[in-house]
Amino acid sequence: MSVNSPSDDQLPEEVAEFLVESYENLDRLDQDLVTLESDPRNKETLSSIFRTIHTIKGTCGFLGFDKLESVAHVGENLLSKLRDGVLLINPEITNSLLSTVDAVREMLAAIESSNSEGDGDYSALVAQLAHLTNSTANTESSEPTSEKEPNLPANEPVQIGESSFVFAKKPIATTSPEVAITDTEVQPTAIVNLAVAPEVAPATNGAESSEKEKSPSSLSDANIRVDVGLLDKLMNLVGELVLARNQILQYTTSYSDSSFVAASQRLNLITSELQEGVMKTRMQPIGNVWSKFPRVVRDLSLSVGKQIQIEFEGRETELDRTIIESIKDPLTHLVRNSVDHGIESPEGRIAAGKPKDGRLILRAYHEGGHVNIEIADDGSGINPEKIKASALKKGLYRQDQLDKMSERELVNLIFSPGFSTAEKITNVSGRGVGMDVVKTNIEKIGGTIDIQSTPGEGTTFKIKIPLTLAIIPALVVAAGGQRYAIPQVSLVELVRLEKSQAKIDLDSVYGAPVCRLRGNLLPLVNLCELMGIESPRADDDAVNIVVLQADERQFGLVVDNVIDTEEIVVKPLGKQVKSVDVYAGATIMGDGKVALILDVMGIAQRSSVISEIRDRKMSDLAHNKHDSSAVERQTLLLLGVGDNYRVAVPLSSVDRLEEFPLDLLEWAGDNQVVQYRDSIMPLLWLSSSIGVSSASDPDNTTVQVVVHSGHGRRVGVVVDSILDIVNVAMNLEKCSTKNQVLGSIVINDRVTDVVNIDEIVGSALVNYIDSSNFALAGLGN
Amino acid sequence: MGELNMNAKQYCTFYLDNNFLGIAVTDVQEVLKYQHMTSVPLSTEVVRGLINLRGQIVTALDLRKVMGLETLSDRLPMNIVVRGDDGPLSLLVDEIGDVVEVETDLFEDPPETLEISFRHLIRGVYKLEGKLMLVLDLERAVFSLVDA
Repeated sequence: MSVNSPSDDQLPEEVAEFLVESYENLDRLDQDLVTLESDPRNKETLSSIFRTIHTIKGTCGFLGFDKLESVAHVGENLLSKLRDGVLLINPEITNSLLSTVDAVREMLAAIESSNSEGDGDYSALVAQLAHLTNSTANTESSEPTSEKEPNLPANEPVQIGESSFVFAKKPIATTSPEVAITDTEVQPTAIVNLAVAPEVAPATNGAESSEKEKSPSSLSDANIRVDVGLLDKLMNLVGELVLARNQILQYTTSYSDSSFVAASQRLNLITSELQEGVMKTRMQPIGNVWSKFPRVVRDLSLSVGKQIQIEFEGRETELDRTIIESIKDPLTHLVRNSVDHGIESPEGRIAAGKPKDGRLILRAYHEGGHVNIEIADDGSGINPEKIKASALKKGLYRQDQLDKMSERELVNLIFSPGFSTAEKITNVSGRGVGMDVVKTNIEKIGGTIDIQSTPGEGTTFKIKIPLTLAIIPALVVAAGGQRYAIPQVSLVELVRLEKSQAKIDLDSVYGAPVCRLRGNLLPLVNLCELMGIESPRADDDAVNIVVLQADERQFGLVVDNVIDTEEIVVKPLGKQVKSVDVYAGATIMGDGKVALILDVMGIAQRSSVISEIRDRKMSDLAHNKHDSSAVERQTLLLLGVGDNYRVAVPLSSVDRLEEFPLDLLEWAGDNQVVQYRDSIMPLLWLSSSIGVSSASDPDNTTVQVVVHSGHGRRVGVVVDSILDIVNVAMNLEKCSTKNQVLGSIVINDRVTDVVNIDEIVGSALVNYIDSSNFALAGLGN
Repeated sequence: MGELNMNAKQYCTFYLDNNFLGIAVTDVQEVLKYQHMTSVPLSTEVVRGLINLRGQIVTALDLRKVMGLETLSDRLPMNIVVRGDDGPLSLLVDEIGDVVEVETDLFEDPPETLEISFRHLIRGVYKLEGKLMLVLDLERAVFSLVDA
């Protein structure tokens, strides 16, 4: 791991091996010690700790690292007393053991860099360890240990008493590590998955063989250590192979030679499998990152006077090595943050009616090509009002901006640069740097982070990251005669508007182009315009829109052409172009030419799609803009009734649009009804309600229904045709005396009556109930 | 690079407009004929595009633009791929010359009269037989060029 390559001839091979193995063991030791503290009777853990230290001591004695050996030796002495039940674990002992681990790590680092143990002085530590080993050799009384405990939680002595009993009861069993694993009382909240922790083979005394078996399980023979550099190189080669394969696959379309086609198909399959295999070799369980958290949480919670249990779920979830590396820091920060800010002090928790011990849960799981990591605490949550006040005080936002934000948006403000709600700055967090860095780092690897927080109940950070970075599926589009790749993670859908449809659906709000997509306005960004390049597209060509997701917002990217989806190998850009924020990298296409990979976030920012806090919907924006000119705009559903009659209803009064086959229509009393969502929905013919003759084609086998909710039930309004959804200024003119008609308006050059569907349904429903009340008993709602 | 290259005996030469320039051969990775380039909209105008150099993506810089000259429009430029700390970088030049061997005592600082924008990109001049060879300051002209 830390030893870079086998060709590194600075260190003898056996020393390098010793280092790698010891680092791994030490990581486990940290965990084990913390586990032991919370569960002092766990002999299995104790034995595992003892064996680890013993192995290190044995090996470094053999390799001639005397200082390291002496430290490990006194540590081992102390541990043997613990193991034999002569001594009981307490915070002081844990602290000195953790210091021992730190000292060992320090020396290992020195060995790695200079092949010597360094000149650190560990005599104080040795003396302290020796003191602890000798001074309190008393099994019966826990007093000598407890008097030295500075901040011992109130319930600890009881536990110690219990454990002393257990240790004293089975002294013989515990002396032998091999048989010590008899305690089946595995605590449900055990922090470390003990089944995973590899054990060191009993014959560690010798340590002379370079083939120290790490795991007693039968799997041990099937594992070898591989240098990470080699794996990275393999990954690069596979990337090249994927590109070459793409090139060859392009030829297969123009060659008809069947054996060539067959061979290239085989190449295709083998390459995909190889790619998958190599990718797997680079996968590591996320538990590797998490393993240091018990110690982090322990040290930190002690220093801030809190009691926190950390729990893990899904520690075997695998992630690409590069991603593991890059989420290490953000995760650590979030964990520290939860300990420091999230979880309250024991007094605060009791006052809030919660258990004294705070809980911190780390959860990881796969979901649709992504890995989700959650960091949940049961602390005080984030108070949106506090965020508001803080944002205002720091001048990050204005009051009116803040008032418009939803609670969720407010909570997410903690990711803004320069933001901190901590009332006092501790050495842990609260300096106002951090959360924005966390977000940037996660976004850098194509991930997203989100917070869910309930005041008083806790906060959950949810991180979503891709499985791997090296090879990603992408959509290839063309703009200005060049190809661009768009990572598929950000892709929502593709929309193609033919010329006639484009005229209807494309519009602009104060010059900003938008597209009507299923009743919502989608802001549009023209890729060619954004890039300042000329588009070869003629005005009356069909419009291709790639709907993309950036943060919480969707926008449509107008491109000249959508080409295909392809697996692409992400390659970095040189520094001369790296700073252009709209590119995430480049790739080589099947024909050997280079294509740029678009950075969806960058495009959204450059085109101001997400640059500022705005109302959630573009249509709201349209509303506001038109308020000033005193004409209200509304989104209307256009319906056709009768031969030549058009009506419009406000979209807000429409629940759903449905189409029912005629044979599903049934009778209830005098009314036609249809079974809809487990209840009976009466149908109402709009034509007869407003006194127009229906023009429905007798050949129709279905009815078009506008579902409306009101007057306590759902009613289906049958119309002849559903035409369109439009957003218009409500310049209503009263031309009709019918009270169901709100007014008339010109839409798309046609006079259209805007009807009050609620009124129509209301009056019809009265008749319905009158005429069929006997049939309705027990039905309906 | 500094001193070592100052005393280099061998230079890879090329033409840019009417100028005859040279880069120490030790800095040059390879010389290529015109390569297809993918342009990078929104980057600085000095960046002409990206080329695929055996699977590696290399940025191609328009050396004419760097030196304050008009971009060559009537014919395709050639590539001189130089080694940078950041990976290779391709310089687009009008035409490639020979590799010339020079005596260090033929070196002179750039003349004061040279236009200032041009002069600070030139290390000096070698007085060769029949013509002068300007030594390009790669560090200043190319490597320090970061998109603003």
